[in-house]
Amino acid sequence: MEIKLTLNGKPVSASVDADTLLIDFVRDHGCYSVKRGCETANCGLCTVLMDGTPVLSCSMLAARAAGHHIQTLEGLQEEAADFVGFIADQGAEQCGFCNPGFVMNTVALLRENPDPTDDEIRAYLAGNLCRCSGYEGQLRGIRAYLDSRKGEA
Amino acid sequence: MGKVLSINQYVRAQSLDEAYTLCQKKNNVVLGGMLWLKMQRRTVGTAIDLCDLGLDQIEETETDYRIGAMVSLRALETHEGLAALTDGAMAEAVRHIVGVQFRNGATLGGSLWGRFGFSDVLTLFLALGARVRLHHAGEMALADFAALPRTTRDILVGVIVPKAAERVVYLSQRNISTDFPVLTVALAARDGGYTCVVGARPMPAAVFADEQGVLAQGITEDSARAFAEDIASRAVFGSNTRAGADYRREICKVLVRRAALALAKEG
Repeated sequence: MEIKLTLNGKPVSASVDADTLLIDFVRDHGCYSVKRGCETANCGLCTVLMDGTPVLSCSMLAARAAGHHIQTLEGLQEEAADFVGFIADQGAEQCGFCNPGFVMNTVALLRENPDPTDDEIRAYLAGNLCRCSGYEGQLRGIRAYLDSRKGEA
Repeated sequence: MGKVLSINQYVRAQSLDEAYTLCQKKNNVVLGGMLWLKMQRRTVGTAIDLCDLGLDQIEETETDYRIGAMVSLRALETHEGLAALTDGAMAEAVRHIVGVQFRNGATLGGSLWGRFGFSDVLTLFLALGARVRLHHAGEMALADFAALPRTTRDILVGVIVPKAAERVVYLSQRNISTDFPVLTVALAARDGGYTCVVGARPMPAAVFADEQGVLAQGITEDSARAFAEDIASRAVFGSNTRAGADYRREICKVLVRRAALALAKEG
């Protein structure tokens, strides 16, 4: 079947199978930041934004995404650049495999809630698993970014 | 992990009639959020998507909330009207479910249609006295719907939550955050009495009234404890990898007592 959607701002038309998953579709179109992790909708590695909303691309049909705007980290470099350095400064990435999913969901969090508390950050990112870090590094990084932003204001 | 779910054809239904006709074939499946379907090892003939039918809206009337089957769990979590109606119990019931991305995909219709034993959603909506609207069978109490055979082939169009609950409290116990619950409890004061729902037993949620009128003279430490003992003695519990039946019974006593006291506090 033929589908049309917007991927990182560019219109894309493609022929897909009925059961092609969105994660495979975006990776086939060069968006390798989107990682295959648990494939049971638990780890958040495959997070993409659909019309600005974070969703799990491992559990969504590409066909359902037709007509929508899909964003991956490849399309959000500028927005993510604001805070990823703070996460790296905390050594929070370690192996880095979970990082794109964390960054995507942090983008969504900060759009929805520009000044979250630590508990709000923890709650929003609860669906992003990291097997290296214990999460405190990511939290410190996001907190440091938010504090720096307040300092600029 | 290899591919476990195969779908031969995908159709975005353009009407409920079309969706209903398609779903009469045993091999065809109506898509909810696809979170659980994705993990099944099966071949689907036609995946029927309801996403074009405008079922993703929450409408408020004078007497109830009408929630479309395709409304996401995240939308339930963040809806101000439902938060006010349930004293925050709506958000409490779904906020532990995996993560924000999961809840953006998971739908109310999919959650209820599955009648999953672990369902936080089924537990709360039963306590709220919700009714469901099926395209073919029409409107019925959620409790009746939950008892329908799993071979039922119909389209869950939406859920009606009456503004009947004066107060409601939702509590759950988990071994670790974002996991399936070990036990879920929702307690509502409505229609002049109390309705207690216990889920994740691990069987699907069961509804209990205060048949002995334990709380009739008011909720105190003693009556809350007696009520909890009564519910725990009437509920059937089972064992699975998360907890044993005896443990669940003890947790039930704690959660029901806490729910009753919280209900009294809110009142």
